[in-house]
Amino acid sequence: MSMRTFSMGGIHPPENKISAGKAIEQVPLPAQVAILLNQHSGAPAVPLVQRGDRVKTGQLIAEAAGYISANIHSSVTGKVLKLDEVYDASGYRCQAVIIEVEPADEWAEEVVLNSTLKRDCTLSPEEIIQKIKEAGVVGMGGASFPSHVKLSPPPGTKPEVLIVNAAECEPYLTSDHQLMLEKGMEIIVGTKITMMALKVNRAVIAIENNKPDAIALLERLAIPYSQIDVMPLAVHYPQGGEKQLIEAVLGRHVPSGALPVVTGAIVLNVGSIFANYEAVQKNKPVIDRVVCVTGKSVKKPGNYLCRIGTSVQDLIDFAGGMPDSTAKVISGGPMMGKALINTQVPVTKGTSGILLMDGNEAHRNEVYNCIRCGDCIEACPMGLEPYLLMSLSELSEWEAMEKECIMNCIECGCCSYVCPSNRPLLDHLRVGKFKVGAIIRGRKNQ
Amino acid sequence: MENKLYVSMSPHIHGGDSISRKMWDVIIALIPALLVSLYFFGLGSLLVTSVSIASCVLFEYLIARFLLKQESTLRDGSAILTGLLLAFNLPSNLPLWIVVIGALVAIGMAKMSFGGLGNNIFNPALVGRVFLLISFPQQMTSWPLPKPFNLHYLDAATGATPLSVMKSSRFDRLPDMLDMFIGNTGGSLGEVAAAALILGGLFLLIRKVITWHIPVSILLTVYIFTGILRVANPEVYADPLSHLLTGGLMLGAIFMATDYVTSPMVKKGQVIYGIGIGIITVCIRVFGSYPEGVSFAILMMNGVTPLINAYCKPKRFGEVKKK
Repeated sequence: MSMRTFSMGGIHPPENKISAGKAIEQVPLPAQVAILLNQHSGAPAVPLVQRGDRVKTGQLIAEAAGYISANIHSSVTGKVLKLDEVYDASGYRCQAVIIEVEPADEWAEEVVLNSTLKRDCTLSPEEIIQKIKEAGVVGMGGASFPSHVKLSPPPGTKPEVLIVNAAECEPYLTSDHQLMLEKGMEIIVGTKITMMALKVNRAVIAIENNKPDAIALLERLAIPYSQIDVMPLAVHYPQGGEKQLIEAVLGRHVPSGALPVVTGAIVLNVGSIFANYEAVQKNKPVIDRVVCVTGKSVKKPGNYLCRIGTSVQDLIDFAGGMPDSTAKVISGGPMMGKALINTQVPVTKGTSGILLMDGNEAHRNEVYNCIRCGDCIEACPMGLEPYLLMSLSELSEWEAMEKECIMNCIECGCCSYVCPSNRPLLDHLRVGKFKVGAIIRGRKNQ
Repeated sequence: MENKLYVSMSPHIHGGDSISRKMWDVIIALIPALLVSLYFFGLGSLLVTSVSIASCVLFEYLIARFLLKQESTLRDGSAILTGLLLAFNLPSNLPLWIVVIGALVAIGMAKMSFGGLGNNIFNPALVGRVFLLISFPQQMTSWPLPKPFNLHYLDAATGATPLSVMKSSRFDRLPDMLDMFIGNTGGSLGEVAAAALILGGLFLLIRKVITWHIPVSILLTVYIFTGILRVANPEVYADPLSHLLTGGLMLGAIFMATDYVTSPMVKKGQVIYGIGIGIITVCIRVFGSYPEGVSFAILMMNGVTPLINAYCKPKRFGEVKKK
C-alpha cells in the first residue's frame, strides 16, 4: 500500500526522533522571563505595561498592533523589570518585556484552571474567532502566523476543509507527536471548535506514518466525530509545508502567488488547534507550550512544557545541561530551524524544539563546483532549478531570478541537503528572494 | 560568552552525497566491461587503459598545480573516470604516445581550460577521442580482432568491425548476435561488451547515479530510426538490433551521454537530447562517410545542451496556465 504524499521532489532525511515517547514534563518556573513582542509574523505588539508593574499569569501585557499581529500575555506572575531589547532566534535585537518571576502563580481571573475536558461549545463563529484573537494564538509550527487572520479568509473565498497539520516532518522534533498522545481529546475538540469558526463540515488531521501510536489514538478518539478524519501520510520532508500538505491531503495545487484558501483548505498546526481549545474552552491565552530538547549528546532529551519567555539556557539545564561538545544550538528542526547566537534567547510561541549539535554535525563540508547533476531540481518540491538560481544570485541577476520563480521558494533546504558538491544553494536563494521581494514591493508602491 | 556557537543558515544537516561517491560509482559500473575487454584484447587493453588513466591524472595534477595554481581536485575521481572512458573509446593496439596526446587534449583542452570539472561544455573523453580520430585516422581505425588472453599489442591481428561490415551492406559477414552481445567482436576496447555495459548501467540506475531518460531515449530512437530504414530497404540497411549492439552506441548511451556536466538538467530536456543523439548517430552511420557517429552525435548535442536548459524548465508547483 502506498501512502498519500505530495508529488514533486522532497527528501527523506534520517528521522532521529530521539525524544519520541517521552512524557511531557513541566519545566519549573525560571527566575526571569523575557517575553518578546514580535513572536508572530506581522507587526510587533504594543506593550501595555511599564517598568515596576506587577503582572499576573495570563494577563494581557501587549496588544496586537493592527490586523496582522497578535496579543501577548504574561506567562508568569511577577514584577516588570524593564522593557528592553534582547536577541531573538534570528539574531536580531527585539523589544521584550522582562519580568522577575514570583515563585507562585497568581492567574488572571478569567482563566479556568481545572483540566477537565470541556466538549461543548455554543459560541458563534465570530465569538470563537474573537476568543482565539484575544488569546494571541499563532501558528505554533514555527511560522507563527496569527490564527485569527487565518480563520477569517478574505471575502470571495470559501473554505471547505480544515487540515490539521500534524505531519511533524522535520527530523528530531517530537513536541507535536507527544502533545497528540497526551492531549488527544482536547485536540479533537479543538478541531471541532475550529471547524465551527470556519463554518466547514470536514476536517482532516494529517499525520506522518512514523507516528503510528498518535494515528491510532486520534482515529479512536475521532470515532464519535464523523466529520473529522485522521489521514496517515508517507514520511516525506517537507510535508508539513502548507502547499505540500494541501496537495498530499486533497490532491490540489495552490496556484503560484495565490492564498492557500483558494483550494478550499485552511491549514492549522496541531499545536495551534490545542491552543484554540484552551483559548475557547478555558479562556487560557498562549503562555506556555511544549518544546522538545533533543540532540545526540543531550543527557535528558524530552518534551518539556515551559512558559513563553523561558530562556533556552534554562530549558537546556533542565534537560541535563549543555554538553561540552555542543557547537550549535538550533531553535526548531535541522532542516528549517535557526541557529542561535547564544542560549539566552527566549522561547516564543513558535519554538517547537531546541536541537543541540556537536562540532562534527555542525560542520559544513568543503564546497566544490556544480557538476550539474540535477539532484537539486529533483529534490525541489516547488519545481525550481536551485543550481541556476544560485548562479543568478551570485551574479546579482535579480530580474532573471524573478522570471525563474524565486518567490515560489519555500526555503525547505532540500536542495542544499542533496547537493553532492555541498553548495550552499539555499543561502544564495534566500538572498535572491529577499532582493526580488524588495523589488516587487517597490514596483507595487510606484 | 564562554561558549562559542556556530551560527549558519538552515539546513543544518546534509545528505552525505558527494561528487566522489558518484564518480566512483561510475568507475565501478565500468569494471565489468573492463574485465571483458581484458579478456578479449589482453595486453593491449591493459596498457592503453593504464596509460590513459595515468596520463589523465598526471595532466590534471600538473595543470591544477602549476598553471591554475589551485588546490588539487584529484580526490573527486573525475580524472580517473575521464582516463578510463577515453581508453574505452580507443583501439587496444593504439601506440601509447597517441594515448598520451589524447589524454592531454581531454584533460587540458576540454576540461581544465574551461575551469575544471563542472564547467566544461563538451565531454572531455570524447573530445580526446575525436581529436585523435581526426589526427590519426589510420591508427584510430584499425581494430584488433578479439582473441582470449591476447598477448600481442601493437602487432595484434586486425580486421573489419561489425560497423564497417554494415556500412558495406554485406550482412552475411556480420558476427553472430550473441558474440556482439558479449563483446566477441572487433572495436574500441571498452565498447564491444554490450552485456557488461548494460550490467553497469543497471548498477547506475539502482544507485540513482543516472536515470533512464537519456540512455533509453537514445537507444529507442536508434532502434526506431534504423527499423524504419530496414523495413524500407532490407538490402541496404542493417537490422536495428545490430545497430544497437555494435560500435560505441551502448557505451555512448549509458556512460558518455549521461555525463552530468554536459547533458541537460531537466528530464524533458534529457529526452530531447537523447533523441537528438539517436538521430545524428544513425544519420552519420547510414548516410555519412564515417562508419561510426556516436561520438560526434554526443558532442553536437553537448553543444546544444545550454540551449535545451534554457528552454526546458521543470514543471513549477502551482504554475498558472497562461491564457
